[in-house]
Amino acid sequence: MTKNRIPLGPFHPLLEEAEYFELQIEGETVVDLDMEIGWMHRGHEYISEQKNFTQSIYLVERICGICSTSHPIACVRAIEDIDNLEIPIRAKYIRSLVGELERIHSHLLWLGLAGHFIGYDTVWMWAWKYRETVLEMMEIISGNRNHYGMMRVGGVGKDVKPKDIPDLLDKLDMIDEKMEMIAKVANDDPVLKARLKGVGVLSHEQAINYCATGPTSRASGVPGDVRRDDPHDAYGMLDFDVITAENGDVYDKLVVRVLEILESSKIIRQCLDKLSEVEGPILNNVEEISPGEGIGRYEAPRGEVFHYIRSDGSNRPVRHKVRAPSYVNIPTYEASCKGISVSDALITLASVDPCYCCTERSLKIRSDSEEKPDLLELSKQKTERIRREYNGN
Amino acid sequence: MSWYNKRLAKSLWVFHVSASPCNNCDIEILDLLTPKYDIERFGIKLVGSIRHADVMLVSGIVNQKIEPRIKRLYSQAPKPIFVVAIGSCMSSQGVFRESYNRCKEVKEVVPVDMWIPGCPPKPEAMIEGVAKLIGVLNE
Repeated sequence: MTKNRIPLGPFHPLLEEAEYFELQIEGETVVDLDMEIGWMHRGHEYISEQKNFTQSIYLVERICGICSTSHPIACVRAIEDIDNLEIPIRAKYIRSLVGELERIHSHLLWLGLAGHFIGYDTVWMWAWKYRETVLEMMEIISGNRNHYGMMRVGGVGKDVKPKDIPDLLDKLDMIDEKMEMIAKVANDDPVLKARLKGVGVLSHEQAINYCATGPTSRASGVPGDVRRDDPHDAYGMLDFDVITAENGDVYDKLVVRVLEILESSKIIRQCLDKLSEVEGPILNNVEEISPGEGIGRYEAPRGEVFHYIRSDGSNRPVRHKVRAPSYVNIPTYEASCKGISVSDALITLASVDPCYCCTERSLKIRSDSEEKPDLLELSKQKTERIRREYNGN
Repeated sequence: MSWYNKRLAKSLWVFHVSASPCNNCDIEILDLLTPKYDIERFGIKLVGSIRHADVMLVSGIVNQKIEPRIKRLYSQAPKPIFVVAIGSCMSSQGVFRESYNRCKEVKEVVPVDMWIPGCPPKPEAMIEGVAKLIGVLNE
């Protein structure tokens, strides 16, 4: 049978970010897949090295608008790791609280988009309607709907006021009720089962071999979770379960995410309880960062996010390296997409909740006329710029 | 063309171009379609192809790889098309001003009709922008 090629993107109606996929198909079966990234590359690591530590926290918030707490938490943990700084107990609970709220909003966002991808717009509208409540809670806590600006080196920037806690708990009750409804729907709905069961399977061995993280690996039965394996902030003092499933298909990824929302809400409840009891400061005064290197990990909604920072004793990082979870989850397409039909390809591509804004840490520009990559030119420009800076003009 | 604009203002069809943003403006744009803000009450609909669109929403900084694509999208659009630049990255490059991959300001790539600043702009701000655009078209 002849092979055909289906291009998807970079501006495809269903992709909200610019990315490019090329599906090789035989009949209706996907036999191979290629992808091209780099449309979203903004050079965060380079910009971060120009900023001081406080500014770079605001910068990493803007790596991705959806994980805009995961990156700052990993970043401040990396900076605190250089000097082994401890943060106040109240700040620990607030960090975990904000992180879990973000997990709920990110999973609901994925749930809605997944519904949209399989042509089930009711799921999209409902999931995003309840997501608004989470954003309102964020607005009460931090003042912002999206980029929260809560994290500081040595603590958090804003306190949770005791008078807001009853309101937050009310909203959380509403989310719990609706999430139980959605969990029931996922269990009963014939359309979701027919479309998602047995589609895009990533087996247990494949998940380990590809080093998948987050819900992608947990749906395949690999129980990895940074919150439990490397307890930090308040996670060591809280009671929660790591949700896993066995089949590794798209349906299991959906179930894992829905159940994780309920777990997160359990964590938020415990944090709010503690916050109404625990008194004290929320921010330690950190005057300078000594020379050294530090790493920070955090379980983002999509998996483990990793930051590495090297300091030379000045007020800005000398090297800042970011590894986002989608970086390891995206290659699993090779295992999960081969052999499925074209109509299931898109939901399989979306099932790992890929975030290209997070992932695109480097790029290679090829021009059509010549083979020479433009990357070399970029590198030369950078050297030239640094030289000019040192010469002082 | 005022008679044409008046007819256009009844139902603007929108196409969204993400020119290397941080995703947040895009999520807020999608948020406008969902029940809380429900921008369809103004007749606004998100379409899948630039060939059907009356308004092109652009967000993010324009990087080297995406710049020719934006030009191409603009040339494919049926005219008149209104370009709305969303977010601080569009109006001032925001935190990405020092990026080595930023190539041009968006106004040098395509003619921009409206700016909505904010990081990200609140949905209310975007609705206000859209209402102003409809008001101008109705004049």
